[in-house]
Amino acid sequence: MSIAWKRKDLLGVQDVSPEEIELVLDTAVSMKEIASRDIKKVPTLRGKTVINLFYEPSTRTRTSFEIAGKWMSADVINISTSSSSVVKGETLKDTGLTLQAMHPDIVVIRHSAVGAPHFLAGVLTRTSVINAGDGAHEHPTQALLDLLTIRERKGTLTGLKAAIVGDILHSRVARSNIFAMQKMGMQVRVSGPPTMLPRYLDRLGVEVFGRIEPAIADVDIIMMLRIQLERQGAGLFPTLREYSKLFGLNLNRLQAAKPDVLIMHPGPINRGVEIAPEVADGPYSLILNQVENGLAVRMALLYLLAGGQAVNN
Amino acid sequence: MKLLIEGGRVIDPANEVDDVLDVLIEDGHIAAVGLERTARGALIPDRVLDGRGKVVCPGFVDLHVHLREPGREDQETIATGTRAAALGGFTSVCAMPNTNPVNDNQSVTGFVLDRAKREGAVNVFPVGTITKGQKGEELAEIGELVNAGCVAISDDGKPVMNAEIMRRALEYASMFKIPVIQHAEDLHMTGKGSMHEGLVSMELGIRGVPAASEAIIVSRDIILAELTGSHYHVAHVSTAESIHLIRQAKTKGLKVTCEVTPHHFSLSDEAVRSFSTNAKMAPPLRSARHVEAIKAALKDGTVDAIATDHAPHTIQDKEVEFEYAANGIIGLETAFGLGVTVLVEGGVLTLNELIARLTCDPARIFHLHKGTLSVGADADVTIVDPNREWVVDVRKFASKSRNSPFDGWKLRGEVLATIVGGKVVWEREG
Repeated sequence: MSIAWKRKDLLGVQDVSPEEIELVLDTAVSMKEIASRDIKKVPTLRGKTVINLFYEPSTRTRTSFEIAGKWMSADVINISTSSSSVVKGETLKDTGLTLQAMHPDIVVIRHSAVGAPHFLAGVLTRTSVINAGDGAHEHPTQALLDLLTIRERKGTLTGLKAAIVGDILHSRVARSNIFAMQKMGMQVRVSGPPTMLPRYLDRLGVEVFGRIEPAIADVDIIMMLRIQLERQGAGLFPTLREYSKLFGLNLNRLQAAKPDVLIMHPGPINRGVEIAPEVADGPYSLILNQVENGLAVRMALLYLLAGGQAVNN
Repeated sequence: MKLLIEGGRVIDPANEVDDVLDVLIEDGHIAAVGLERTARGALIPDRVLDGRGKVVCPGFVDLHVHLREPGREDQETIATGTRAAALGGFTSVCAMPNTNPVNDNQSVTGFVLDRAKREGAVNVFPVGTITKGQKGEELAEIGELVNAGCVAISDDGKPVMNAEIMRRALEYASMFKIPVIQHAEDLHMTGKGSMHEGLVSMELGIRGVPAASEAIIVSRDIILAELTGSHYHVAHVSTAESIHLIRQAKTKGLKVTCEVTPHHFSLSDEAVRSFSTNAKMAPPLRSARHVEAIKAALKDGTVDAIATDHAPHTIQDKEVEFEYAANGIIGLETAFGLGVTVLVEGGVLTLNELIARLTCDPARIFHLHKGTLSVGADADVTIVDPNREWVVDVRKFASKSRNSPFDGWKLRGEVLATIVGGKVVWEREG
């Protein structure tokens, strides 16, 4: 590892360097071993406090951060909007300052408003902030765990081609992955109904496809995005049935893809909508590897942000 | 009471004057411009202001401010808002009707005028609503509003979405020869958008307000202006397409006018990258292409006036997540400095053109007897130093609010004194 981690916060991958991404991935690799132990506990973050501040419902990301913290002996506290003073109308600033007065080391925030983690990071001068998803903006830990998963399988990232398919407009996973993959020398394509492809995507150097077939034809990775069921009827596409017919990844479509193509999905999946069950459960599906690697990446980030010294201590 | 402003460079675009002259003010009116020093021998002014090295021009006229009173006196009052106007060199402001209660009847208009008379530092011209309760459904009592002192009508903050209502408003208002001001925005297209739809919104994942959302309403309204022959005024124009449509309408000879704000020619949507809530307003800051179109339109006269859309908000309205923040920024105290720095120094306008867009041009389109130093006119005069540099410090603002994206900016062009009705209402110290 050539560089040291210097950031107080992880707010997005757009402003992170390729070297920093490498550092996180390499640190995560050394964390993975903990999961295979009989006693999954190391003392690395003993005496450190991590607060999961979730303004949006989440199962996998919140649980992943919680387990990651606990395996490293941090004290992890979960706050969700239904049980906090948010319902009483407290501002994010006041919630942040109140939490900071309790001396946490890291606050992990998920929020439906873009930039909320950045706002919080400005308020919290003594506490690190990790963005666990802000609106349709970024979900940096998801992109990092996706990169770790790809690198594990392919040995490298540079030169690989990925297609991200679905509702790009509303997807923070897509944005963070586009930024992260491009930084690591990958080529990125996107595909989805034109109503869900934001304008100017091509200005990022992304190839845009209105149909899924040509987009997935010769790529190394196909990343399917969850189609949010509530978007049906909002004017972006007529029905889930038609969406599935036009953009669902099924075995038939997969036949035209590379034989060793990797299938990814950030979850939770809608079986039979954006991804057919045979594909989700098939041999090339990395969906559960992604979840597993999420633990390693989050352990690595908690460790780096809490100012840990040597990984093996 | 005689006040003499001696030896200043007098720029009075209404009379095509640009010369070193004296300005004599007597009993609240311009008594003479260009006195010879010798002729002044007999004159004993009560006060002499040294104009040497400075520019003496008509007081600025702002067609678009939110004074917030009645209803949101925590954000601004008529007293503080007009004081902010004076610091910015504005001697007349048009007060938008989206107060609480809204100015949709003569009693609110009367209240605003009464407050302005007693506590206002500058002239206040109320603007009434187009529709009752600003709901866009039924016409307000426009005749009563005009009778009480309103100089224009607008549902500002909201568009009149119903084309039929807009048509009738234009027809009805023509009876009183007042402009109908549109806040042009198709609400269906805006949706929950909170910034310009473009490259930046795509990267940030913030829901966008497409440029088309404005131009579609402007386009529709220009068709209605042609149908009715009435005066249609577009508030805070922000897009290249709207500018194009307005230019075409003017070429056709329609009674279509418009204003732009200093922030729409000084900033672009790039300012949102920091998630600063002072980069949030409606219409949103647009991309560079639109900013350039606005500048070109200021130059060629398609844009009639620079108006601030001064929109005070409390700290708690703004110190929140970007998408939850209130729309708008204060602008009275930075307008002239931005005009000189961005437009004059940027080679877009001459100083004389800038002053015209701040004085006689806005006054003309709203039929206000302001914006000129003609003999006999109200003695509303602003003295500026177009070369002086200063640093914006919101803590020193007279406005009750602090929501300016220009805090800390170094600007050229400073207002030195503001005279309303022959009375020096504000003077910069030192």
